[in-house]
Amino acid sequence: MRLVIGVGNSDRGDDAAGLAVARRIRTAAPHGVTVREVDGDQLALLEAWDDTDDVHVVDAVCSGGRPGTVHRLDAAQPLGVCFTHRGTHTFSLADVIELARALDRLPAHLVCHGIEGTAFELGAPLSQETEAAVRLVTAEILRELREVAG
Amino acid sequence: MTHGSRLRVPGLTRVEGEGGLELVVSDGRVTEAKLDIYEPPRFFEALLRGRRYTEPPDITARICGICPVAYQMSACAAIEDACGVRVPDDIRALRRLLYCGEWMESHALHVYLLHAPDFLGYESGIHLARDHPDIVTRGLRLKKAGNHLMEVVGGRCVHPVNVKVGGFYRAPAASDLRALVPELEQARRDAEETVAWVGAFAFPDFGRDYEFVSLRHTGEYPITSGRIVSSGGLDIPPATYDRHFTEFQVPHSTALHSVLDGNTYLTGPMARYSLNSGLLPDEVAAAARAAGLGGSCTNPFRSIVVRSVELLYACAEALRLIRAYQPPDPPAVDFWPRAATGYGCTEAPRGLLYHRYTITADGTVADAKIVPPTSQNQRAIEADLRDFAAARLGLPPDRLTAECERAVRSYDPCISCAAHFLDLEVRGT
Repeated sequence: MRLVIGVGNSDRGDDAAGLAVARRIRTAAPHGVTVREVDGDQLALLEAWDDTDDVHVVDAVCSGGRPGTVHRLDAAQPLGVCFTHRGTHTFSLADVIELARALDRLPAHLVCHGIEGTAFELGAPLSQETEAAVRLVTAEILRELREVAG
Repeated sequence: MTHGSRLRVPGLTRVEGEGGLELVVSDGRVTEAKLDIYEPPRFFEALLRGRRYTEPPDITARICGICPVAYQMSACAAIEDACGVRVPDDIRALRRLLYCGEWMESHALHVYLLHAPDFLGYESGIHLARDHPDIVTRGLRLKKAGNHLMEVVGGRCVHPVNVKVGGFYRAPAASDLRALVPELEQARRDAEETVAWVGAFAFPDFGRDYEFVSLRHTGEYPITSGRIVSSGGLDIPPATYDRHFTEFQVPHSTALHSVLDGNTYLTGPMARYSLNSGLLPDEVAAAARAAGLGGSCTNPFRSIVVRSVELLYACAEALRLIRAYQPPDPPAVDFWPRAATGYGCTEAPRGLLYHRYTITADGTVADAKIVPPTSQNQRAIEADLRDFAAARLGLPPDRLTAECERAVRSYDPCISCAAHFLDLEVRGT
C-alpha cells in the first residue's frame, strides 16, 4: 500500500503546506494510493503508516532557510534539525520517526518533504513562496506515484 | 556551587511549553529558585470578551492540545452555572466518559514518554524504546485507547468538536461505545501492569508538607464536578473561589502565580489522590497499595505512581460508564442566556482548572477568568526546588541541572496552559 500523509495546522498560515499537498494529491492520485491528514498529535503517524511500505510525508519546516525551499529527506537516515522542534508534550516528525525506528514500525520506504514556511500567523493564507512550493511538491509526488503505478 | 553562584537551565525538556529555571546560591544556600516562564502571554481571557456565550468551550479548548476536554468541561460548567442550567445525569456521565479518555491519553504520555526515562537512566522516551520496545508499546497502546475513546465521544482526539454548552451536539451510539470495550479491557490490564512497573522504581527521599487542593464529590473520584477542598480544611463551592484564591504577577514569569488565603498550595494528581483516595474502587485502591502508596502521597517523585493509579482508574471508570450507557435524548439541554456570573471547576489531568464568565442578558461574554493548574502550582514547584537543589549543591553543574529538570518534570507542568516555563540558571553573589 502506498500512502501520502500531509501534516500541519490549517489555521496557521504556511503550517498548512503539508495539508494543502495532501488535499491536491487526493483529487489526482492513481488507484491504490491512500491520502491522510494529521493535524494534531504526530504520534498518530505511527498508526497511520502501520502496514504500509511506501510513504510520503509532507510537513512545513522552519529552519531559517529561504521561504519556499523544499527539503527532501529519506527516513532511512535520521532527519536532522529541520524536522525537529523543542520536544514538549507533542512530538516532532523527527521524534516520531526515531520512535518508529526504535519500535521497528518504520515503513520500508519513507520520504519526508519539508516546505520552508515564512508566515505562521493565525488565520493567514499560504504565502506566495509556500504556495509555489506546494505545487512543486504535489507534482513531484504525483509523478513518482504514477511511475510506480506504471 | 557553594559560594555565590548562578545556575541556569535555558530550556527544560520533556515539559510542555517553553521556560527556564534559575537558582541563586549564596554562602551555600539556595536563596532563590525561579521558574522563568517566558512563553508569550496568549490573552485568551481578553479575546473571549464580546464572544457569544456558546463559544468559550471551543475557543478555550485551543489553549492546550493535551487537555482540551478540561477546558471545554470547565467552560461548560461555568456558563451553565451562569444560566441556571443543570444537565441531566446521562449527559454528565457522557462528559465524565470523554474526560476519562483525556486522562488516559495525557497520563500515558507523561508516564511512559516524559517521566519514566528519568527513573531508568534514559535521555528520552525514544532511547527507552530502543532498549525496551515492549514497554513503550504498552504505553502507546494505552494512549491510543484514550485517543479512540475521545474520537468516539468527542468527534476527534485533539480539540474535540462534539461538546457544546448544555451537553453534546450528538450522542454516540451505544454500539459504537461498546465496540471500544475489548480495547479498554486491554488498556485496564496494561494500566495494572503500569502501576506495578512504576511502583518498583527507586524514588528520592523528598517528602513535603503540602497544602493540597482538589475537587471532592460525594461518592466518586473527582473529575467533572465537586466542591473545592484542601488538606488545610477549605471546603467551598466553585462560586467562592475568588474569595480565597488570589492570582498575581511576578517579574520572572509570564504565568500568574496563585495563593490560597496567602499560602502556597499544590493541585494535581497528588492532591486529588491524597484528598480522595478513599473514593477509589477496591481493585484500584489495592493496586495503589501494592505499588507502595498509602492513603496520601507527599513525595513529588512518586507522582508517577499516582498518575498510573489514576490511569488505571480512568480505564475502569470508562468501562463502567460504557456498560451503563444509554444515549442521552436529547443530547443537550436547551436554555437561554441571562445576565449573570457563573463559576466552573473540573479536574484537568494536571489539576484544578477554574473558569469564571460574566455574560450579559443577550448572551455576550463580558468578562472571563481562567486559572490553569500549572499556574497554581508554580510557587510550590519553586519552593520544592529551593530545598531539593540546596541538598545537591555539591553536584557538578550538569548533574545538578539534570536533577532539577527531573524534579520539575514530576509536576508534569503545562507551560502553554500557564503562560501565561525551563532554562536552569544558578546565580550567586
